Amino acid sequence: MEGFLAATVIAGMPLLFATTGEIITEKSGLLNLGVEGLMLMGAIMGFVAGYETGNPWMGLLGAILAGAAGSLIFAFLTITLRANQVVTGLTLTIFGTGFASFMGKSYVGLVVPQTIKDFFVKIHVPLLGDIPFIGPVFFRQDVFVYFGYFLVVLVSLYFYRTKRGLNLKAVGESAASADASGINVMVYKYVHTCIGGALCALGGAYMSLVMMSVWVENVVAGRGWIAVALVIFASWNPIKAFIGAFLFGGLSILGFRLQSMGIHISQYWVDMLPYAATIVIIILSSRKNKKENQPPADLGIAYFREER
Amino acid sequence: MTRFNIIKRDDLPKKREWIIRTLAILFSLVSAGLVILALGFDPLEVFPGMVTGALGTEIRLTQTILKAIPLIVTSLGILVAFKMNFWNIGGEGQILMGALAAAYVALNVEGLPKPVMLLLMAAAAMVAGGIWAFIPAFFKARMGVNETIFTLMLNYIAIKFVTYLQYGPWKSPESQGFPKVATFPDNATLPKLFGIHIGWVIALILVVLVYIFINHTKKGFEIRVVGESKETARYAGMNISSVIIVAMLISGGLCGLTGMIQASAVEKTLAASLSGGYGFTAIITAWLARLNAIAVLFVCFAFAILLQGGSYIQISMQIPAAVADMLQGIILFFVLGSEFFIQYKIGIIRKNIPQKEVA
Repeated sequence: MEGFLAATVIAGMPLLFATTGEIITEKSGLLNLGVEGLMLMGAIMGFVAGYETGNPWMGLLGAILAGAAGSLIFAFLTITLRANQVVTGLTLTIFGTGFASFMGKSYVGLVVPQTIKDFFVKIHVPLLGDIPFIGPVFFRQDVFVYFGYFLVVLVSLYFYRTKRGLNLKAVGESAASADASGINVMVYKYVHTCIGGALCALGGAYMSLVMMSVWVENVVAGRGWIAVALVIFASWNPIKAFIGAFLFGGLSILGFRLQSMGIHISQYWVDMLPYAATIVIIILSSRKNKKENQPPADLGIAYFREER
Repeated sequence: MTRFNIIKRDDLPKKREWIIRTLAILFSLVSAGLVILALGFDPLEVFPGMVTGALGTEIRLTQTILKAIPLIVTSLGILVAFKMNFWNIGGEGQILMGALAAAYVALNVEGLPKPVMLLLMAAAAMVAGGIWAFIPAFFKARMGVNETIFTLMLNYIAIKFVTYLQYGPWKSPESQGFPKVATFPDNATLPKLFGIHIGWVIALILVVLVYIFINHTKKGFEIRVVGESKETARYAGMNISSVIIVAMLISGGLCGLTGMIQASAVEKTLAASLSGGYGFTAIITAWLARLNAIAVLFVCFAFAILLQGGSYIQISMQIPAAVADMLQGIILFFVLGSEFFIQYKIGIIRKNIPQKEVA
């Protein structure tokens, strides 16, 4: 059981990064449906940079730059040129999928260098790693997972305990009021979209560099879309995103677990589970009427100062 | 001091509108060329290679048309949903479910004359695609559930389900262990007209029908009103739920029909790979056609050139066919951006700081 839960944490990591990234983006009032594409761009650029240099930091940097660049395209089109956010996001996904598949053609089947594998080796955290049950599940993981925990704390503090976080909320709820109170709406939207995109890309890079450690085409396999749904599940709260990511991480590896327990269900049925569960979640979330669970009021609406 | 001010345009002559769009496509080709160059290939070799690969010989032109047919039919389906501001990105799943139903009829109903068989398959496919689209439409209409994620998740479920059938219960015993569904009997394959299966005739007829439906019928009008403003629709006394559901049944039905055409005429069997990304590409083509059924025809043909050209250069120049996917994305980025210059006018304000005090 501990082994399964520890694997769940790893499987949930790409979802955690992508969901947190998309929450940051949506908090600024932008609905970026390009998460899947951003994750794929991060996965391939992280892999290429890591493979070519043998340096894990370069891999992560490659992913961050790819994600920031991809979401910058989205930001420019939707914020400055006020293009339709849904269609622009979908286009970003189509572009990112094509980009990853094009770039990755000559890397298919290549394995991550040993230096990177060594970097992402499991680290037993002193004391915390010795706590029964919790230790083996959460604190004998690789450095990226610890960064994931740190990210949740960091983003929560930012959202709920800083002035900038409060300003961000104002931008997402009502760009016009935020603008009137002197917040630079455009800068907030641009910066948070790019940070969000970079985090999505890191989630993708974790899949190609650590989870698979070999380049396979379309590694992300719909996780970007699950992340978009998890944002709704988490009601824009990074701590709930943490819970959601692990639930779904668990579902995605349940098949192997069941098989090892000798329960024979067709792999294809088990594979459907995360997608079916996502549907259940968006249906259930639509019933929630609590005020704090609502999306940012200006989500998906382009802000046009002259039309205010 | 120079500042920009942005004003919404009242109306732009149609001609200028199309000049802006053409410029956008030209710019997109130039920047795609730069990307191709940066990735180590010669765009002056890639682009002409794609065009000759798609139109150079009669066989290649046939291949291009074969790719245009599913794209047109799917785009029409997507268009009906998008007109209503319903983001149906479940085309892939609806195509597969349509193909699945058509395959079920083709492999299980015996002794029917060809026309009856084909009509029955088409009907089954449209119902199956329609049902696959009805599920998210129902939840959207009743509970406001986000249709983007819902339709997309149904894609994955359809792919997994068809894969399950292909590798499991529907695997043909004659395929010697190879995961393949049995080939359709002869009376279940679409006939050819002028060397290409009659899907092209179906596509042309549907273009006209969808155009008439959207622009000249009451339901089409209601779909457009709901798309523009739900409040207006409600105020006018329209039943929004029923508009959403009817539009999605048509949308999914058309995608399902694509599945039947592909299964019957191209694959001659059911395969999980049959939808071939058309459900996604159709989103781009429908949008580029500005949700106009007639324009869909031309945009889809242009995109079929792109797709066929992409697979040609993969074989002839060892350049990954994914270059076509990337190109599609880049083109749409530019066209999306160009809309801004159609809708808004950018003026430059010069503020002259007075030099002297006026006495």
